[in-house]
Amino acid sequence: MHIEKKTKASNEISTSSMPDIIFMLLIFFMVTTVMREYEGLIVLVPKAKMIEKLESKRNTSYIWAAKDGTIVVDDRRINVDDLRHIMYDKMVKRPKTTVSLLADQEVSMETITDIHTELREAHALRLSYSAKRIEGEKL
Amino acid sequence: MYIKPRRGLGSFSSASMADIAFLLLVFFLVTTTISMDKGIQMVLPEPGDTDIEIPKGNISEIFINQTGKVLFNDKPVLIRDIAREAESRINKRGFTPEGEQIMIFSVKPHQDTKYDVYLQVLDQLKIAGAKKISIANPEAF
Repeated sequence: MHIEKKTKASNEISTSSMPDIIFMLLIFFMVTTVMREYEGLIVLVPKAKMIEKLESKRNTSYIWAAKDGTIVVDDRRINVDDLRHIMYDKMVKRPKTTVSLLADQEVSMETITDIHTELREAHALRLSYSAKRIEGEKL
Repeated sequence: MYIKPRRGLGSFSSASMADIAFLLLVFFLVTTTISMDKGIQMVLPEPGDTDIEIPKGNISEIFINQTGKVLFNDKPVLIRDIAREAESRINKRGFTPEGEQIMIFSVKPHQDTKYDVYLQVLDQLKIAGAKKISIANPEAF
């Protein structure tokens, strides 16, 4: 027996809600975007296995250390001795700051230790050694 | 010439709204950097010298020289073997009743040691699950 359909469903997707969906996506990206503040130096960070993600970008401040011992904070080249003042100011503004150290593989430990000392003086004790994950390797 | 004033609220076409939203969306998609910063996390000690007496048996000393060779408790080891060695040491020394590790690892790099080697050693200790890691100031030993 053939039953005739009474209502004919349209087989087209309604596009009237498209702007709403797009706006929703737009708002999501607007809220989550944190603009990159500084360019920094070109460094080749070391590779490691046990790396963790930093909690949030907003509470992170970056220190770049290049091969030749140049240290850059906020796109300004600084002396190691000035680091404690700069970091102290940052800690006052945001006490939960984690310092991310983007140091080149070739940097000597002398530079790193100097940075350690300065950070300790500034009470910026949470440090993250920026590293890349080693791909496809289990312990 | 008399122009008849428009009554009520004027309406604008909302057809291009989606296009404008799309344009903004594409802009934010392009500018967003998803790549979160990753790294090995450490907590530095408070400033000032804090001398705490620790029994010698509870410390493992790791020296790294300027060529990247590692001396683990006066025994030369390969970097990739540090994790295994460290883990057995942690378990041998045991835990406090609070569940804290007793073994402390003291990493002592030479001042000309490359950062890369240092981080690999630190990585190995993290793999072993070491919680108490101290970084000694380098010296020209």
